[in-house]
Amino acid sequence: MKNIENKIKQNGLPQIALAPSRFRNPIGKYMVRRNAKCISCGLCAKLCPYDVHQRYENFREPIRPLDYRCIGPKCEANEYFCVRNCPQQALSVKLNPTAETIGDYRWPAEMIFAHWYMAETGNLPQVDLEYNLGFSGGGFDKIRFKAPDPNDYLNIPDEEIDTSIVLNKRRDGRPERVLSLPCYGGGMSFGSMALPVLVGRARAAKRLNSLTCTGEGGYPKEFEPYSDNMITQVATGLFGVREETILFAPVVEFKYAQGAKPGLGGHLLGDKVTPEVAKIRETVMGNSLFSPFPFHSVYSVEDHQKHLDWIKEVNPQALVSVKVSTPTDADMVAVGSYYAGAHIIHLDGSYGGTGAAPDIAKKNIAMPIDYAISKVHRFLIAEGVRDELCFIASGGIRNALDVAKAIAMGANGAVIGTADMIAMECVRCTHCSSGRGCPRSIATTDPELGHEISEEWAEQRLVNMYMAWRKQWCELLRQYGMRSIKELVGRSDLLVHLDYLDEAERRKYQPAPKKKLVL
Amino acid sequence: MPKKYHIHTKKADPRFPPVGKYATVEFREDCAGSCRLCVKKRCIYNVHKDNFLQWSNMTEPEYLYICKSCYRCVQECTKGIFSMAVNPEYLSLGDDYWTPGIISSTWAQAHTGNIPVSGAGYRGPFAGEGFDSIWADMSEIVRPTRDGIHGREYISTMVELSRRPIRLEFKQDMSLAGELPAILEIPLPVTFQEPKFGVLSESVLLAMAEAADEIGTLLFIGPENYSDAVAEYAPSIVPCLNRANYQRYAKLIEKSRMVELAYEPGIETEFTQLRKIKPDLLIAVGIPLDAKAAELALMAAKSEVDTVHLYGSDNGRELNTDNPRYLKDMIREVHLKLVENKIRSKVNLVFGGGVAMAEHISKSLICGADAVAIDLPLLIALECRLCYRCKDGKSCPVKLAAVDPKWGSQRIVNLIGAWHNQLLEVMGASGIREARRMRGEVGRSMWFDDLEKECFAPLFGTRKVNGIG
Repeated sequence: MKNIENKIKQNGLPQIALAPSRFRNPIGKYMVRRNAKCISCGLCAKLCPYDVHQRYENFREPIRPLDYRCIGPKCEANEYFCVRNCPQQALSVKLNPTAETIGDYRWPAEMIFAHWYMAETGNLPQVDLEYNLGFSGGGFDKIRFKAPDPNDYLNIPDEEIDTSIVLNKRRDGRPERVLSLPCYGGGMSFGSMALPVLVGRARAAKRLNSLTCTGEGGYPKEFEPYSDNMITQVATGLFGVREETILFAPVVEFKYAQGAKPGLGGHLLGDKVTPEVAKIRETVMGNSLFSPFPFHSVYSVEDHQKHLDWIKEVNPQALVSVKVSTPTDADMVAVGSYYAGAHIIHLDGSYGGTGAAPDIAKKNIAMPIDYAISKVHRFLIAEGVRDELCFIASGGIRNALDVAKAIAMGANGAVIGTADMIAMECVRCTHCSSGRGCPRSIATTDPELGHEISEEWAEQRLVNMYMAWRKQWCELLRQYGMRSIKELVGRSDLLVHLDYLDEAERRKYQPAPKKKLVL
Repeated sequence: MPKKYHIHTKKADPRFPPVGKYATVEFREDCAGSCRLCVKKRCIYNVHKDNFLQWSNMTEPEYLYICKSCYRCVQECTKGIFSMAVNPEYLSLGDDYWTPGIISSTWAQAHTGNIPVSGAGYRGPFAGEGFDSIWADMSEIVRPTRDGIHGREYISTMVELSRRPIRLEFKQDMSLAGELPAILEIPLPVTFQEPKFGVLSESVLLAMAEAADEIGTLLFIGPENYSDAVAEYAPSIVPCLNRANYQRYAKLIEKSRMVELAYEPGIETEFTQLRKIKPDLLIAVGIPLDAKAAELALMAAKSEVDTVHLYGSDNGRELNTDNPRYLKDMIREVHLKLVENKIRSKVNLVFGGGVAMAEHISKSLICGADAVAIDLPLLIALECRLCYRCKDGKSCPVKLAAVDPKWGSQRIVNLIGAWHNQLLEVMGASGIREARRMRGEVGRSMWFDDLEKECFAPLFGTRKVNGIG
C-alpha cells in the first residue's frame, strides 16, 4: 500500500473527491418519480447501491431521488430494484424526456451527462451512457481501437502506468517540462470567462501537474500563485502581454490562429469588457475588442523565427509553443515552426473552440483535426524532425478516447477546452456571448453570474474528470501491454476506420451511433 | 481604392412571434403554488416575462420563443417540476433540406442583420453530402489572410455579369473597332430570383425589388409579376421572357439592363432582335439544371449570350432525374465543360435553386459559379415558415400577402447584409481579396474525398463505403 502511495506521489496525481452539481436538480438519462403515496419508509434508500434514494433519519419527508445516478429500467433484473420493492408502489423509472433536448452531433446528451458524472465523482459512470462516441458520423466517431490480443494484457495497477508527456524534445538546454497527463488546458481569456473558472482551471492544472493557458486576456494577479502551470499566450492583439508575464511563464504560446475562427482573429464583445477586464487589457471599458488577423509582422518563417527569438531572449527558461489552425498546408506550417525554433507545435482543428465564433467559420473554414494529425505526423517524420518536436492536437477532441486516438494517429498529446467547460456543467446552449453572457456562470463577466462558481469547486470538478479519463487511458494501455502512453504515439496500426472495413469486418466493431438531431 | 461597399442593416422586428425551439412542461401536481423562489421570475433572459403567453395565463406546454435552453429553470426549481421539450411546431418547420435550424437562423439574420455567432464549438455532423463536403482553406504565417471584417484591408465582393468578348478588335490606327462591351457589375455575387411557389403578392415582389435596388443587385422575375409599382425598380429587374412572348414586352426590355430568355433550340436567332430593341442590352438564357445543362450551357456560350442562368431544384439538386446530383456537382460539371472547351471566360454562370445559407455562396463560387440566385431565403426573410400551405391554395399563417414592402425590403437587406459579412469572413480567412478570384478556385478549398485519400487512406487503406456519414 505504501508503495502505491509513493508512486502516486511520484506521479504527482491528485486525489479525487466528491464535487456535486451546483444545481438542485441534476439532469440524467433516466427520471425517477416518487409520488404522493410514499410513506418515507426508507426501504429504497437501503436497497439502492447507486445512492439514488437518500434518507436521513431526522427527515420526516422523503427527498427527491437523485435520478441522474439511476441505471434505468434495466435495474429490473436486480433484486434491489426499487420500483418493484416499494411497498406503496410510489416509484416509477423512465427515460428522461429532457435528455432528448440536450446535446448535439458532437456532444450528445449521454456524453455530457457522463462527463458531469466524472467531474462529480472522479469515476467512470455506472449508468449506460455512451461517452466515447458522438453522432457526427465521421472522424473520431468512426475510428475504433482494434481488439487487443488478450495475451498482451498487463496486469498492473493504474499507478504503475505512465501517462506523462515531455514538452521539450529539442535538448536545447531549456527545461524538459514533464506533464503528468497527455493533455493540458486550452487558452481561455480573462474577459471571456468568469475569473473563478479560470483560477479553478489553474488550481486544477497545478494539482494535476499540467498546464492551462491565459488565452489573450492578460494575466490577472489571481494567476500568480499558479504561474508555474500557466501558459502565457501571445496573440495578435497582444492584450496583457508584458515582460513580467513572459518571465512568469514556463511556456509561452504564440497564437497565430484558432480552430473556432481560423483566419479571423478575435472579438470580445463590449458587454464583457468590465472595468477589471479593461484594466488588464489596457483598454476602455465597454468597448468591443478586436484581435486583428494575422500577425502583421509575420509574413514568412523568418519573421516567425524573430517572434520566437524575442520570447526566448526575454525568458531563457521558457518553452515556446506555436498554435496554428489546420489549413491544407498544415504540415508545411508545422515544419516551418520547427525550423523557427518552436518546442511545441499546437494544431487547433476547425470543429473546436470554446468562445463565441461565427457559425460559418466553425463549420466551413479549415479542416477537422481528425484529418490534420496524421498528415502532420507523417510529414514531420519524412522531414526527420518528428522526434524533436512535441506535437499537440486540439479542436474537437472531446473525451479520453479521442485523446488516445489522436495520440495513436501521431500527436504527443492534446489540448482540452470544451470538456473543461462541460465539467463545470456547461450544457452547450452556445449562448456564450449573449446578454449577460453564459447563463451557466462559466463564460461570463457579469457581476452576479460571474461569481456563482467557486474556485475550489471548479478545481475539484476538473481534477475528477481528468482522473476519470486517466482510468480509461490506463485500461487501454494495459490491454495493449503498454506501460507508458508514449508507446502509443503514432501507433495508427492499432486503429481502424469503419468506412475502410469490409462489411464482415465492420460488424466486429461498435457501429457509429446514428441519430438525426434538430439543431 | 473604390469606395467600400457596405450594406446598411437596421433591426426589423418580426410581425409574428417566431417559432421557438423549446418548450417547458410542468408537473404542476408538485408545484408549491406561489413560490417566492419561482425560477420563472428569475430567468436571466426574462423569457417567461417576455413570452407572449403571460406566465400567469400559461397553457401547457409553454412554448418559449426566446428561450436559450440554459436549463436553469429545469435545474433550479425548488420542486423539480420543470422538464424541457422541443416544440413540435419547430420540428415541423421546412423539410429535410430547409431545416428548422436554417429557417430560424434566416429569420434571426433578417431580423437583426447580424451574422450567426455561437460558442462552444461546432455542433453538427462531421461532413455531409453536397456543399457540406467542402471546407474553405485558410491562410497562415506564410500566406496571410485578409482583414476585411474589421476594415483594415479592402475585400471586394463585386462580380461582373458583363458582356465578355473573347477578344477586342482594333482598327489600323489602334483605336477600338466597334463599341465597348456593356458592363454590368453587382456588388456581391448574389442575385434574386422569383421563388417557384409562395405568396407572391405585389407587396412581396415590391419588397424583393426594393431590396435588390438598395443592395445593387438584380431580381429575375416573370413578366406576369412585373407590375407598374415593381417597374419603378426596372434597372434592378431582369424580366424572364421566352421566344413566344418577348416581342410583347418590348417596353420592359427598353427599361432593363438585362433580359433573360428561356432556352430552346435556335433561341440565339432572337438575340439580334432583342438588341435591336436595346443595343447595349445584356442577354441571359435560363436553362434547367439537368443532365443536359452542361451541353446546353456550352451551346449558349458559343452564341451571343452574356449570362447563363441555371435553375436547380428548390433543394439544391439536379432536375428531371430520379437520382439527382447535388448543386455542387452540377456547378462543377457546367463550369468544367466550358473550361474544357476554352470558352468559360466568355460567359457568366449564375446558379439558382437551393442556395440556403451564406456558406453556399462561397462554395458555389469555388465550384465555378460567377454568382448565385436566391429565391426561398427571400420569402423566409419575410417570415415564411415553408409550411407549403400556399401550394394547396390555403391561407398563409404569417399573412405574407399583407407585408409592408418597406419592412419586407429591410428584412431582405438585413439578411443579405449578414450574408455579405459572412462571405467576407470566408474570403478573409482564405486570403482572397476579390470575389471574382474565387470562381473555380478549388485550390483554396478542401474536399471530403481528397482529405480522406490524403489523410486517412495511408492509415486505413481503401475506403469501402460510398457516401458520407
